[in-house]
Amino acid sequence: MPSASAWNGLRCASQENEVISTVTKIAYCSDRQCKYRKNIDVRKLLIDALDSIGLREKITLVETECLISCLDGPSIMFLPGGKVYQVSTTEGFSEILRDLITTAEHSTAFHFNVPAKNRKIPHITDVDFFGKQELIVLRNRGHIDAESIEEYIAHDGYQALYKAVTTMSPEEVIEEIKNSGLRGRGGAGFPTGRKWEEARKYTAGPKYVICNGDEGDPGAFMDRSIMESDPHAVLEGMIICGHATGSNQGYIYVRAEYPLAIQMLQHAIDAARGRGLLGRNIMGSGFDFDIKIYPGAGAFVCGESTALMYSIEGKRGMPRVKPPRSTESGLWEKPTCLNNVETFANIPRIIVNGSEWFNSIGTEDSTGTKVFSLTGAVKNVGLVEVPMGTDLQTILFDIGGGIQRNGTFKAVQLGGPSGGCLTDEHLTIPVTFDSLQKEGAMMGSGGIVVMDDTNCMVDVARFFTQFCVDESCGKCVPCRVGLKVMLEILEKIITGEGEPDDIEKLEGLANHVAKTAHCGLGQAAPNPVLSTLRYFRHEYEAHIYEKRCPALVCTDLIRFEVDADTCKRCGVCSRVCPVDAITWVKRELPVLDKEKCIRCKSCIRACKYGAIF
Amino acid sequence: MSGEELENIKQTYIEERKQEARQGVVNVIVHMGTCGISAGARGVFDALVAELGKLNLAHIKLKTTGCAGLCSMEPMITIELPGHSPVRYGNLNAKKAIEVFYSHALGGQIKTEYAISVGLERPQMRVAGE
Repeated sequence: MPSASAWNGLRCASQENEVISTVTKIAYCSDRQCKYRKNIDVRKLLIDALDSIGLREKITLVETECLISCLDGPSIMFLPGGKVYQVSTTEGFSEILRDLITTAEHSTAFHFNVPAKNRKIPHITDVDFFGKQELIVLRNRGHIDAESIEEYIAHDGYQALYKAVTTMSPEEVIEEIKNSGLRGRGGAGFPTGRKWEEARKYTAGPKYVICNGDEGDPGAFMDRSIMESDPHAVLEGMIICGHATGSNQGYIYVRAEYPLAIQMLQHAIDAARGRGLLGRNIMGSGFDFDIKIYPGAGAFVCGESTALMYSIEGKRGMPRVKPPRSTESGLWEKPTCLNNVETFANIPRIIVNGSEWFNSIGTEDSTGTKVFSLTGAVKNVGLVEVPMGTDLQTILFDIGGGIQRNGTFKAVQLGGPSGGCLTDEHLTIPVTFDSLQKEGAMMGSGGIVVMDDTNCMVDVARFFTQFCVDESCGKCVPCRVGLKVMLEILEKIITGEGEPDDIEKLEGLANHVAKTAHCGLGQAAPNPVLSTLRYFRHEYEAHIYEKRCPALVCTDLIRFEVDADTCKRCGVCSRVCPVDAITWVKRELPVLDKEKCIRCKSCIRACKYGAIF
Repeated sequence: MSGEELENIKQTYIEERKQEARQGVVNVIVHMGTCGISAGARGVFDALVAELGKLNLAHIKLKTTGCAGLCSMEPMITIELPGHSPVRYGNLNAKKAIEVFYSHALGGQIKTEYAISVGLERPQMRVAGE
């Protein structure tokens, strides 16, 4: 941008000829800040100037927000071309404007000014959040338009499908997936190749392929993002699965809470059909395959494979006894191959690059990458794809940027309500299916909820138990009644009515439910309680024996008193109190009136010294 | 569709992008995943549409894409000038997005206050098979 002196230095050249202009529009800054500081009405100035040089009819004025920088304003921009000038004087404005309009080379070549203030912007690979990730499933994120099949194809899309249906037999595809060591990303980590092989074995047709997009864990949103931003990758994986298992019909079960994902998938299905990538005789191979979307009605248990199939059949979503496995008798009692969204999104890359390439990423028993949705008390909330075996330290502190508001890390909940929590002593363990299981947590679908010292672990356990109670289908007694009783005990503890043997009762009950519940939901539901009991037993004990909540979360256990030793007499508590329950005189200890107090905890949040307990 | 057609689509797409770059087409890309929309990306998108409506410039292309991964910095937009690496902006609102639009997409000056990063994510060497 030319400086003020350059602008002033432009001499007016008096020409009598008509002014010919390539400038068609002038955008001007209408920010009040600029206008009042320099006391220049740019709009009036421009109108007068254009009138006097006879270009009022030819040049359109466009009012905008701030251009370039407020400190240099007000400014105007010539379009096309985008040259910006600052208006520093009103004297001789029309002459200067005419000069600029006629001399500037705006026509077709777009002029880009050299950046004036160049704060070094890091390359994306140098930003820890992006640079430390390794993208397979999310490789197109934030880069392609999900509604354009051409963009997906241009980024090597449908190459895998072409390779699979024209050059590979179903057995070869299955062999490739088996060799890759890909394990189901839905949580249990069952080898995908083996599942496909089993589905292939049963000949009673028709067979089905189902994509499980019923992502219900609180704090998990990776499948949503994959379906929204790269829906074709999921479709391609499913079509390849259809080819491998000998199926002609696929279903995508997406929870109805994901309207955008449904819209994107439907758009992708229509586009793929239009291009002959779905439907009859795909790519001239004689193989037929089609996909339908089935929106789920909002039951968490329908993420369980057998309940999901009942739901598609129009029945009540309840898990059934296995065996027979769904690969033998699934949807409409036909052989069915069900995989998670992320698993399907991995397939095309494996087919294109080969199983050896996939094997080289991750660890020996957990190959490839895993997408995590990082949320909770971390600075960078978002989607993280890292090779299997990356430790939690890297995920939470390098990629996640550490704890918000300089808080202290306390625990991390992996795998949602079915998973368990881990503490700082586990930060160094490599994240794989087996290592997490050993520590009492689980990979789950990949939700990571980070907790800092403002989270009460008993309350966290109560939250997840409440979630499972709400979502229990009620088929078996341990889950329906057992969880309810566990919740009652937890609520007792939280409200300060905990009794000495409650911990033992809770533990015994949790173990029983885990052993005897019918399906995955019930068996895993006690995990949050068991793992918080394992690592944060002292918090339970503080609640029960000392009637105290160390994190100051459980309102019933807060005394709302001011600690005379730690209080610095700053009076901030009295200022934030919405009901004026705290009286404070300068340099005196604040006094809290418990009659007036509505227990909103504003004072606790405001006190920097933790003096209210 | 045959393999040849697949390759054709790819080459046509690449050729079109090159052609656009030669013509000086600027891409303004709004990240419109659910996370973006919930943070206000719809407002950003509408503001940009309104601004483009006022200006009626043929060389600006407004596009949408999905979540870029960093949900806590939504709404985000990416600006691609021909011959330059794309620049990603975050923590925007409609007003800030318009500032970025004028400063960078039209004026060619990176709005450093809101920029997060420049360039594309590490090209997946192994994915690209190179």
